[in-house]
Amino acid sequence: MAETIIMPKLGFDMAEGTLVRWVRAEGEQVQKGEVLAEIETDKATVEVESSASGTVLRTLADQGDVVPVSTPIAIIGEPGEQVDEPTAPAAAGEEGAAQPATPPAEAREAASRPARAEGGAPEAGFIKASPLARRIARERQVDLGAVEGTGPGGRIVRRDIEAALSGERELKPTAAPKPRLEAQPSDERLPLTRLRQAIGRRMVEAKQQVPHFYVTREVRMGALMEMRARANAALPEGEKLSVNDFLVKAVALALREFPNLNASLDGEQVLRHGSVNVGNAVAVEGGLLTVVCRDADRKPLRQISREVRAMAERVRSGKVRPEDIEGSTFSISNLGMFEVEDFIAIINPPEAAILAVGSALEVPVVEDGEVRPGWRMKATISVDHRISDGAEAARFMQSLAGYLEEPVRLML
Amino acid sequence: MSRITMREAISQALMEEMDRDPSVFILGEEVGVWGGTYAVTKGFYDRYGADRVKDTPIAENAIIGAAIGAAMVGQRPVAELMTINFAFSAMDYIVNQAPKLRYMFGGQFSVPMVIRAVGGGGRQLGATHSQTPDAIFAHFPGLKVVSPGTPEDAKGLLKSAIRSDDPVLFIEHATMYQVRGEVPEQEYLVPIGVSKVQRPGRDVTVVTYCKGLELSMKAADELAAQGIEAEVVDLRTLRPLDMGPVLESFRKTNRAVVVEEGWKSYGVGSEVASRIYEEAFDYVDAPVRRVAQKEVPLPYNRSLEQAALPQVPDIVAAVKEVLA
Repeated sequence: MAETIIMPKLGFDMAEGTLVRWVRAEGEQVQKGEVLAEIETDKATVEVESSASGTVLRTLADQGDVVPVSTPIAIIGEPGEQVDEPTAPAAAGEEGAAQPATPPAEAREAASRPARAEGGAPEAGFIKASPLARRIARERQVDLGAVEGTGPGGRIVRRDIEAALSGERELKPTAAPKPRLEAQPSDERLPLTRLRQAIGRRMVEAKQQVPHFYVTREVRMGALMEMRARANAALPEGEKLSVNDFLVKAVALALREFPNLNASLDGEQVLRHGSVNVGNAVAVEGGLLTVVCRDADRKPLRQISREVRAMAERVRSGKVRPEDIEGSTFSISNLGMFEVEDFIAIINPPEAAILAVGSALEVPVVEDGEVRPGWRMKATISVDHRISDGAEAARFMQSLAGYLEEPVRLML
Repeated sequence: MSRITMREAISQALMEEMDRDPSVFILGEEVGVWGGTYAVTKGFYDRYGADRVKDTPIAENAIIGAAIGAAMVGQRPVAELMTINFAFSAMDYIVNQAPKLRYMFGGQFSVPMVIRAVGGGGRQLGATHSQTPDAIFAHFPGLKVVSPGTPEDAKGLLKSAIRSDDPVLFIEHATMYQVRGEVPEQEYLVPIGVSKVQRPGRDVTVVTYCKGLELSMKAADELAAQGIEAEVVDLRTLRPLDMGPVLESFRKTNRAVVVEEGWKSYGVGSEVASRIYEEAFDYVDAPVRRVAQKEVPLPYNRSLEQAALPQVPDIVAAVKEVLA
């Protein structure tokens, strides 16, 4: 009995997903539980398992297709089984309804005429422009070749000439007709990925809705660097601790002392979260994701390190799980690997704050009235001023620095 | 001004002209004793008698032929065709005789007659009783073709038609007799061959006449609510066609939609669009769209009939297309 596989709902507010790749193609065998396809959502690419065993009889979506949740994407069954194309939810309503044998009305044909340009250059030299547009262009000496048409089929119409004249668009004066195919560097247009769009939406929201303020603190990193070196000497390859692992633990412990910064604004109330789940920004192609270390205050450094490493690896290979990236109560963004002195991060709504960490650098410092080299790292916290204020943020940073500068406290 | 129906306007025009000029008389099927199939000549039989309100046999060629003959010897007949669909039974008289006699006889005779005919669909009268063949008659030089869309125009145009020394086909609409409109109290005439802007606007030119005017005005209101101001130009006369106001409007808006109840092919829209391209080519910013009846014999079934006739949403959609 053939089974229909539908586009799964992989997140609370997922409405559609992109079929990135068929892992099992038409005609191939698949077992229940094996990965059938890779689906990209707003946040990540997820491997989707087959809910049936058998042969992939039909794939109903092509690579790159955007498919609404619950729409059939494949049929699995026994080879040779007859399958009907599952009926699309919205059948062509108009044509069927009221007119049995009448020929398709020209009004409907006209209504389905495509409204926009086909994109590429027209046939050699021919420019689509209305008679009116041509006349105005002629009278006002506008080169039609330099005007972008916004009429049906990319036709240049009056408003396009007027826009060109009012200087909204770039324009070449008509001296001699210029050949359209000149070899010169051209602009490149790339559509925004779903991830980039999602990031964009959230960051705009943060910048519009959240009144940010910032506090920067320079941390003495000498003791931490030394402890890290000693710890890593005792750890096998592939399990060495990073500076970030120490940061996660230090931030988590400091947040226990400042629950107001481990919080979210909910209407007229501040929701102080029971767990401290520290998010870590991980760069991926075309954007970034925040992987979450839950209850970071209660985990030893080694466990934090293992978890964050594994999640970051899943993110980079496109196999992130929803639980990897959900539930963060406070985020850390670390550009330390790029010799960045300091930077300012944008809060991830609905968190109360985010910590931007620069590189640990050897810089001249003043101690006991003398200038000598020392390891310093700058961290800047961005805080939602609706929930907290400068004094609290400064005290948090003081507490955080306390943990980082006395790293043995992270082991206790 | 008084507010009267289309029926009353036509009736008043007839009565005023019959009072004014004793050579005016009416002939047709059921015009006398019955008072007219659409009650336009109710009371006329009693008022003017059988000599001037003549009931005829069911023979359209005889009706029109007799009218031509009467006109040639100095009368001013107003012949009525119960529906314009019956005009085909008198086609030779309407397009071959009446419009051509003055020309072919070198001016020795004129044919000062009016043919009143009722056209249009929407009353479930079936395919052969619901046509709008206006364009066919407008094709012939020598025949004037008039089709008003308001009571004011109907009264004024009919009076002008009766006073005209040329044969005039006066086309009314089967579903417009109840349409009410303001009409001047004092005597007035509306000239034949003059189009009129019934509603000013700046975004698009909607050219129409008769029933199309009623639909276009409603569409214009809908469009106005969406920020689109349509200028509605009422042709009023199909032949001779007055393109003046149409072109003046088009040079302002650069986009036009023609609305007619007849079929698109070879219709009024074809003529208007061609003239726009010929005479205002450099003002054309989009192709002219024609809203017309679907290219089928008009169905009897109520839903199908309404689906085949041009409706307000069709006009709104066409306007949006030309504005794209």
